[in-house]
Amino acid sequence: MAEIILKNITKEYENGFQAVKNVNLEIGDNEFVILVGPSGCGKSTTLRMIAGLEDISDGDLLIDGERMNDVAPQNRNIAMVFQNYALYPHMSVYQNIAYSLKIQKVPKAEIDKRVHEVAKSLGLEELLDRRPGQLSGGQKQRVAMGRAIIRHPKVFLMDEPLSNLDAKLRGQMRVEIADLYQRLNTTFIYVTHDQTEAMTLGTRIVVMRDGEIQQIDSPANLFNFPCNKFVAGFIGTPAMNFFDVTCEEENGEVILRTNGGKIRMNAEKTQKLKAGGWIGKKLLAGIRPEHVVVADSPEKTVFSGKVSVYELLGSNAIVYSDTDAGRIIMNTSQLEEHTHDSDIRLGVMEERIHIFDPETERTVTN
Amino acid sequence: MNLSGTKRKFKKRYDRLPTVLLFILPALIPLVVFWIYPICRSIYLSFTNWDFISPTYKIVGFKNYLSLFKNPRFFEALWHTVVFTAGTLIPTIVLGLVLALLLVRSFRGSGILKFILFSPWITPTVAISIVWTWIFKADGGIANTILTALGASPLKWISSSDTAMLSVIIVTVWKSLGYAMIFYLSALEKVPGELYEAGALDGANKVQQFFDITLPSISPTTFFLMIITMVNSLQAYDQIQVLTQGGPSGSTRTLLYMYYQLGFQEFNMGQATAVAVIMILLTVALSVLQFKASEKWVHY
Repeated sequence: MAEIILKNITKEYENGFQAVKNVNLEIGDNEFVILVGPSGCGKSTTLRMIAGLEDISDGDLLIDGERMNDVAPQNRNIAMVFQNYALYPHMSVYQNIAYSLKIQKVPKAEIDKRVHEVAKSLGLEELLDRRPGQLSGGQKQRVAMGRAIIRHPKVFLMDEPLSNLDAKLRGQMRVEIADLYQRLNTTFIYVTHDQTEAMTLGTRIVVMRDGEIQQIDSPANLFNFPCNKFVAGFIGTPAMNFFDVTCEEENGEVILRTNGGKIRMNAEKTQKLKAGGWIGKKLLAGIRPEHVVVADSPEKTVFSGKVSVYELLGSNAIVYSDTDAGRIIMNTSQLEEHTHDSDIRLGVMEERIHIFDPETERTVTN
Repeated sequence: MNLSGTKRKFKKRYDRLPTVLLFILPALIPLVVFWIYPICRSIYLSFTNWDFISPTYKIVGFKNYLSLFKNPRFFEALWHTVVFTAGTLIPTIVLGLVLALLLVRSFRGSGILKFILFSPWITPTVAISIVWTWIFKADGGIANTILTALGASPLKWISSSDTAMLSVIIVTVWKSLGYAMIFYLSALEKVPGELYEAGALDGANKVQQFFDITLPSISPTTFFLMIITMVNSLQAYDQIQVLTQGGPSGSTRTLLYMYYQLGFQEFNMGQATAVAVIMILLTVALSVLQFKASEKWVHY
């Protein structure tokens, strides 16, 4: 259990490249925080700075109130699970799990007891004599977690731990990690570029881009109230549809006009758009594919076009349409087939519309 | 019926033989001419009393071997071979690794330094040995000049039976160091950096990381170098011929040099080939021993 504070943390390499820029983050006891973002956004570098594997160029890292910038990794009481597992290939599963205790000169009987406890909890008892080369990806991942658990660390760091597993195993291991978090009741910091992992595992998600934090929030808030176009587009699969609109006042109500229709604003959004002086101006709108519907009347039509691709996923279907507002994706639970090139009229759930400043790309209605 | 069936099978099995031979003969002919035949011929000669010059000789059975085992010079040469092999193998491996550890991180001039350290390996041993005879000169040689400058007494190096073996070992190690270093450099670069990071988080200090991560990770290279250095040491001839000619007083006479002396100076090719056969057996035995031992400490 530990509280971690990152104060104005910056990582600058010798060539002047800033991988992490002035990051401020407070992680409370027992939180499961996810650092998520595209490749090169600085999430792994941030994690490695917390672990002590990368020097901090500027700012302060505090763990339980103690400044840790210059403390060696082994003295931070942190455990880390690496993307490639980093298991010692010449050691057996037992030796891999026991290594940190052996270094600490823990008595052999105690090591043996703890290794067997950990192995039992992770279903590794039958594999203790095997070498990493004789294990499957999922088993290696469990050993890597066992090696981290056995030390009873204050903080668990996980650097894309599931990225080397196939889709089915990834789902299974995700549940195991969630279960592990519940059992261990300690602080987890988890790096991933997979937003499904981020949304399902994290109590809070930190979205990063180009070394900067974009938004820190709960999974639900990130999904429903993204602070900018990047976060809105990054969270959610398929990604949010974006299209140009003009904000107008019509018969006393504020609407967003598209090429093929209009979207009525509710009282709250109307008030914010008016207060922001957006009436008569161009805006960028976004709607998640889950909130796109087939329009059942001309008045409710927002986009008109033709179906490009229809993907049936079992319980839902994804319909890609080329419309007067560009490519619009609909994720629907209504499974009637839309044939290629057939005409389609789409509407939106008006209360779920997201509106962004086209210049700053920041949301204007949150 | 059965007979014709067997014939058919036989024909089917061997009718592709000419095609198979066509493909393997280019490799097989040099192997037989330059390797298998000479070995068989040597083994045969070791049971004769051939003097290297006469066209005739007699089969003498195990006489050559029995004479060798009664000859103190043989055991002396065997001991010198053991000392020379151990004396070159251990420093070559250890110093080669030390150099590789120092040079694994690139710095300004590290490429040139690596080339300089590797260059003795690609220089003919005879040329190297001639230079070292000057270095080892008792009067005015560089080695003694350095010793004197350091306040130590000068040594007789290759002129004394006390230091001649040491001198030959120094030259051989100096020649082989760069070779071992190059292999270790390649092996060290292949150790995943994440292992050291995991080690650091597990609490291992640099020394523990070296023994628990680096050494096991590069163990296949160490094993390869041990076998190669051992075989090279058993086959060392050039440097002994140029530096000491097996002397003084036979103090640098190894088994291979004894073979040369018996065969080409004493014209006793029967006994000489018996020494060669013993050397082959010794090499095979040592290699098998190393392979057996490697199962415990080499991690692939």
